[in-house]
Amino acid sequence: MTTSRIEIREEGDIVEARRAVRDFTKEMGFGIVDQTKVATAASELARNIYRYAKTGEVIMEEVEHPRGVKVTFRDRGPGITDIGRALGEGYSTTAGSLGMGLPGAKRLMDEMTVESEPGKGTTVTILKHLS
Amino acid sequence: MDKVPILKLYGYLLISIQTDIHDLTIQALQEDILTTIRNTGARGVLIDISALDIVDSFMARTLRDTVLMARLLGAYVVITGIQPAVAITLVDLGLNPEYLYTATDVNAGFELLHDLVADEDSRRYEEEVPGYDDQQD
Repeated sequence: MTTSRIEIREEGDIVEARRAVRDFTKEMGFGIVDQTKVATAASELARNIYRYAKTGEVIMEEVEHPRGVKVTFRDRGPGITDIGRALGEGYSTTAGSLGMGLPGAKRLMDEMTVESEPGKGTTVTILKHLS
Repeated sequence: MDKVPILKLYGYLLISIQTDIHDLTIQALQEDILTTIRNTGARGVLIDISALDIVDSFMARTLRDTVLMARLLGAYVVITGIQPAVAITLVDLGLNPEYLYTATDVNAGFELLHDLVADEDSRRYEEEVPGYDDQQD
């Protein structure tokens, strides 16, 4: 099982992370639209790491059953106090509201999980199935 | 940090974003565009993003804000060269394209800018000189 890791330490790493994720999905055989969606979601979440936690890591893995790509975003930042709110739940999704960060990434992926503890850090996992 | 050049062409501004650019670079570009509009009196700005295969919410938001800010300074902005996969992703992200002028390439973009500026001019003259339209024929 192939894995790949990118550290987020400075602003330029956001671009590096999305490029690495794009290349990873391309290698796996994802079509260009899915490559773009996963890379864009990765950009949103890598930015969250940089903006809120300053440092963190991005880990890409191939998964099976079903076959797909899993990308994990982990940091030891301030954490999220209200995950539901951060995911935009309870907010009316009006047409034309540009989803940023977590809600944006969620729209682009097949699955997303968020684990966070205030003061400890946050781990976001996103998944896209290979069709 | 790389600076994106702004070219001046027939009273319009032309920007071509060649590579994947960082957040700070796109923010600096926004400021540069607005300053250059103010300094040159440019009525139209063309931003070509045909080289970008990833456009995330930050870039989209910054571009959209640039469009609105430029309007306040009296200039139209046309975005050209949005790649199909990027378009699909942006719509999925929830981008509302209603206020955005776009074109497939730089040529079409300049034609659109020219029409937008010409339309605005003809409307302006109609308001200032009553009966102007009648005098035309």
